[in-house]
Amino acid sequence: MKYYSYFPGCSAESTGLGLGLSTKAIAKPLGFELVEIEDWNCCGSTPYGSLDEEEAIVVAARNLALAEKMGFDLVTPCSSCYVTLSRANGHLREHPRMLARVNEALAVAGLSYRGSLRVRLLVDVLVNDITPEVIAARLKKPLRGVRVAPYYGCQMVRPRYGLDDTEQPQTLDRLVASTGAEAVDFPLKARCCGGSLTLSEEDSVLHLMHKLLRSAAAGGAQCLVTPCPLCQTNLDAYQYRVNARFKTDFKIPVLFISQLIGMALDIDARSLGMFTNIVPPRELLDYVYRDYFTTNRVKT
Amino acid sequence: MVSFLNEVRSTPGGEHILACIQCGTCTGSCPMAAFMEYPPRKIIAMIRAGMRDEVLSSNSMWFCLSCYTCTARCPKGVKPTDLAHALESLASRHGFTIGGTRTPSMYRSFVDSIRANGRVHELGMMTRYYLSLTPDLLAHPVATLKIALLALKLFTRKRLPMMSHRIKGRNDLSRIIQKFREARGTS
Ligand code: SF4
Ligand code: SF4
Repeated sequence: MKYYSYFPGCSAESTGLGLGLSTKAIAKPLGFELVEIEDWNCCGSTPYGSLDEEEAIVVAARNLALAEKMGFDLVTPCSSCYVTLSRANGHLREHPRMLARVNEALAVAGLSYRGSLRVRLLVDVLVNDITPEVIAARLKKPLRGVRVAPYYGCQMVRPRYGLDDTEQPQTLDRLVASTGAEAVDFPLKARCCGGSLTLSEEDSVLHLMHKLLRSAAAGGAQCLVTPCPLCQTNLDAYQYRVNARFKTDFKIPVLFISQLIGMALDIDARSLGMFTNIVPPRELLDYVYRDYFTTNRVKT
Repeated sequence: MVSFLNEVRSTPGGEHILACIQCGTCTGSCPMAAFMEYPPRKIIAMIRAGMRDEVLSSNSMWFCLSCYTCTARCPKGVKPTDLAHALESLASRHGFTIGGTRTPSMYRSFVDSIRANGRVHELGMMTRYYLSLTPDLLAHPVATLKIALLALKLFTRKRLPMMSHRIKGRNDLSRIIQKFREARGTS
């Protein structure tokens, strides 16, 4: 059993509830344990750094200090938390003066940070520690015949934390393939969905989502998968807005990669938080859980 | 008085600005360049020319999506994304008012939520953000209804919890922030 210090992030308990639920659900069956960091705080995300770049590092550092004490790698399922915590971590390692000042501040709460922690994304752990081969070997319901567009978004590939290629990333494709599903050709797989600006500047970013959905649909995808709760919320919750604005008729469910893997491990739909999806993944559920539906129907 | 260039260089994210060779790869790759008053290449040139007020009161950095395309492609390692964050925090810290974008008030509602609870409470944050836009919203009732509908969709799928989660260490967190500000000489 491998152990990790788990940082869910705020989204995994609210708008990205499906991510939080499915991450916890797949851990045990895949042979790893997520020990939640006690009383973690928000990583700060993009907005904090935008209002006060230095203070944002201090806010992130409280989490780094709490996790460092535990002695495992920090793992978060959220691409945005991953980047924010990695950036703070990198900055503290490269700037000893800043580290000293941050430690002075942390000391008022009895904390300190040495700079030894590794910050990792769940996708990284699945690909490099657990490995797609092991996932494939543990499948109970291979998703054969399901066509999936792996959507990376920006945060997990581009700020260059070495996880994947910045232009042609492959990690999600490999995870999709490990479930038995087919990763379709998706040229825009690492383009931006609009990020948090959907809240403040929806009119200027909706076209980005339109292009993504069009590209996924052209590849014949039945669903998109992503690790990022912000991408998921944008593409799922705003899909009907794209349809209204661009006179399209997309009904492409957007799943978390952990939900897709969970389905292939035959974990029940509720534990994977499939009820949180706005564009209903009905076709996929029917396909994966068809025995379940049939037995229920027979009983009643 | 430090020059604007040095002020930017000493803000986290602004360190690499002297390495820029003005090749324009960043602007050419930027999905939001069309919405920015000054796209990334140009803003770098302006910072180096010392155009402090023009830069810090522009909408440019607030339209940055943090998509990191420019950062990945820049041949000189300038990291224009981090530079945008640096400019945003300088503009906020020095009280520049930015016209034509709602992004700063959205960010502020978000950060207020963290400072108060230690976590982001999305429903509370969205409410606060939209309240800050009230006059605007009243003028556009249809758009306002659409926002409410979207929130309802999330709400009925348990994606917008009513209650905020406040961390036990929220006083610790405030004291840490307070101490850091004192050490830095800001309040
Ligand atoms: S890509 Fe880099 S070097 Fe080229 S203009 Fe932009 S910041 Fe300067
Ligand atoms: S990170 Fe910002 S400035 Fe850079 S390409 Fe993306 S939107 Fe443009």
